[in-house]
Amino acid sequence: MRFVLKTNYGQDVNLFLHGGQRFWYGLLLAVVLLAPLVLDTFYLGEFALVFIWAIAGTGLMLLVGYTGLVSLGHAAFLAIGAYAHTYFLTQGLPFVLSVPLATMFCAVVGYIVGLPALRMTGIYFAIATLAFERISAFVIEHWEAVTGGHFGIRVPDATVLGSNVDGPVGFYYVCLGVLAVSLLATMNLLRSPTGRAFIAVRDSEVSAQSMGINLARTKCTAFALSAAFTGLAGSLFAHKIGYLAPDAFTVQTSIQLLLMVVVGGLGSLQGIVYGAIFLGLLPQAIAFARDVLPQRIAEIPGLEPGIFGLILILFLVFEPLGIHGRWVKIRTWFDEFPLYRKATYKRQRSYLRTERVR
Amino acid sequence: MKSGPMTSMSKTASDAVTEDVLFEASGLSVSFGGIKAVRDVSFSIRSGEVFSIIGPNGAGKTTVFNLISRFYDAEAGTMAFEGADITNVPSHRIAALGIARTFQNTELFEHETVLTNMLIGHHIHRRTRLASDLLFLPRARRQELEFRQKAEDVIDLLDLQRYREQPIGSLPYGARKMVEIARALCLEPKLLLLDEPSSGLNPEETEDLSFWIEDIVADLGVTVAMVAHDMNLVATVSNRVMAMADGVELATGEPTYIQQHPDVLRAYLGH
Repeated sequence: MRFVLKTNYGQDVNLFLHGGQRFWYGLLLAVVLLAPLVLDTFYLGEFALVFIWAIAGTGLMLLVGYTGLVSLGHAAFLAIGAYAHTYFLTQGLPFVLSVPLATMFCAVVGYIVGLPALRMTGIYFAIATLAFERISAFVIEHWEAVTGGHFGIRVPDATVLGSNVDGPVGFYYVCLGVLAVSLLATMNLLRSPTGRAFIAVRDSEVSAQSMGINLARTKCTAFALSAAFTGLAGSLFAHKIGYLAPDAFTVQTSIQLLLMVVVGGLGSLQGIVYGAIFLGLLPQAIAFARDVLPQRIAEIPGLEPGIFGLILILFLVFEPLGIHGRWVKIRTWFDEFPLYRKATYKRQRSYLRTERVR
Repeated sequence: MKSGPMTSMSKTASDAVTEDVLFEASGLSVSFGGIKAVRDVSFSIRSGEVFSIIGPNGAGKTTVFNLISRFYDAEAGTMAFEGADITNVPSHRIAALGIARTFQNTELFEHETVLTNMLIGHHIHRRTRLASDLLFLPRARRQELEFRQKAEDVIDLLDLQRYREQPIGSLPYGARKMVEIARALCLEPKLLLLDEPSSGLNPEETEDLSFWIEDIVADLGVTVAMVAHDMNLVATVSNRVMAMADGVELATGEPTYIQQHPDVLRAYLGH
């Protein structure tokens, strides 16, 4: 068990608590930076996809895990980001300008959608976002001048600093870089007043209000930020799939995004990455399993969504805190060995809450 | 000041009481459906005093607090804080004006640590905006260090050191009540509303609480308004008491006066 002696308040503000953390995250960074030297281009592509999911997950985690708002419409922001980026590229804008512009555009759309939608709470808000997703899908299908309608639109090649973004190695590094920046920005947010206001809104709206937090504005900011990160992921996703058509972004995509943050572990940044690895690599794992499983089982139709669903249910029942929650328990077990008490993470009955004031 | 007997303590606190009216409510009324929860209630809170509201269950005490917090719209009447009308101020602006509160059954941010809860209490004092927070610019860091330092001052005042890093979910009830007061103090309020601070506390904790209320008034210069059931606590710390029953004010005055007031006795004990 590690005890950290704190001698100044800066230690409570820093991103890493102690040297051990700095070492392990540094090592992880070195591994992902050097991976292209040893990995096959196929795996580089798969990891780039994991990074893209993680960027989108950052957005959804801010909203679901930290602000406590469930969105079923985030595929729309992924799509808007992808289409906006593609449109800007076809207009001749360079990649380094087009991506931030598409991101900003998604943030603006998110804020505008959030203004009316966030007057609703809980399930009603989720339904409103679902409606927004359907509306934006309709617009994408019919605004042929920009989106190419049902025929879709090809994503032009792009270059960053003179090298091609669409090559596997280049794309891997671009996605990695964007993910690193996204995670850093989110960490910064969560250690400053804006991010804490999100958490306050999640845990108790009444209390947040009495702390002087403007609920409507805080929720809109969270939604806009969430849309921005998801749109950012969308603009990279456009390069990943190479050709945009409406069927690339469906309600199922929204649900997969939501599934990613739940399986990863709500309310943890590590959970984003775990969830993205899960979402990005599970289809590959299933495809691989098909080869080794007996033919009878491997040929069951709908094996993939079935396994997805099964895993989600198992998580909800046995580990609602997701992969990150499980990891924390394993770590504590080793920390406290042989004195680990099972009850440490027993969910506690919460005390009565104030009569709800609405 | 803690050495003296309890009765002399309320005197020490009352030295700071002035005739300046900090908060004034006149003719407040609100009803829910057919129930008139608060009817034509008027009172004023003076700077530097401890003002208590007592009354049987359903008297409308907490409703008065919720009216001050602007969770409810008053159907009639006005409220003024430091001379400015706050009857129609949005509820999130109330904190910035200098009114902080706690809740009857605690409303903490359950999944976060005591420290994070207290840092959220600094929200109204933030000077950074979204962009500087995202980039964590040097001034965002300076601000965090300052908030952290101030939170520690409150932790020192209320003896919360051992709970500092613990998530709220793992705290005993008594500690939660204190953390809520600590969080409210982080707002550096002029007026602190305590909604039944002693409910669920054992006698020893309640006695500690009375010392802390004295400290908050005397050392921090915060005016305290308190809803309470515990007459002992009320009598110990209050300068003035307002008794309510069925949404109306019965009497207002010094604790000893209220304890003997016939209407108050009738409300508590029946005819």
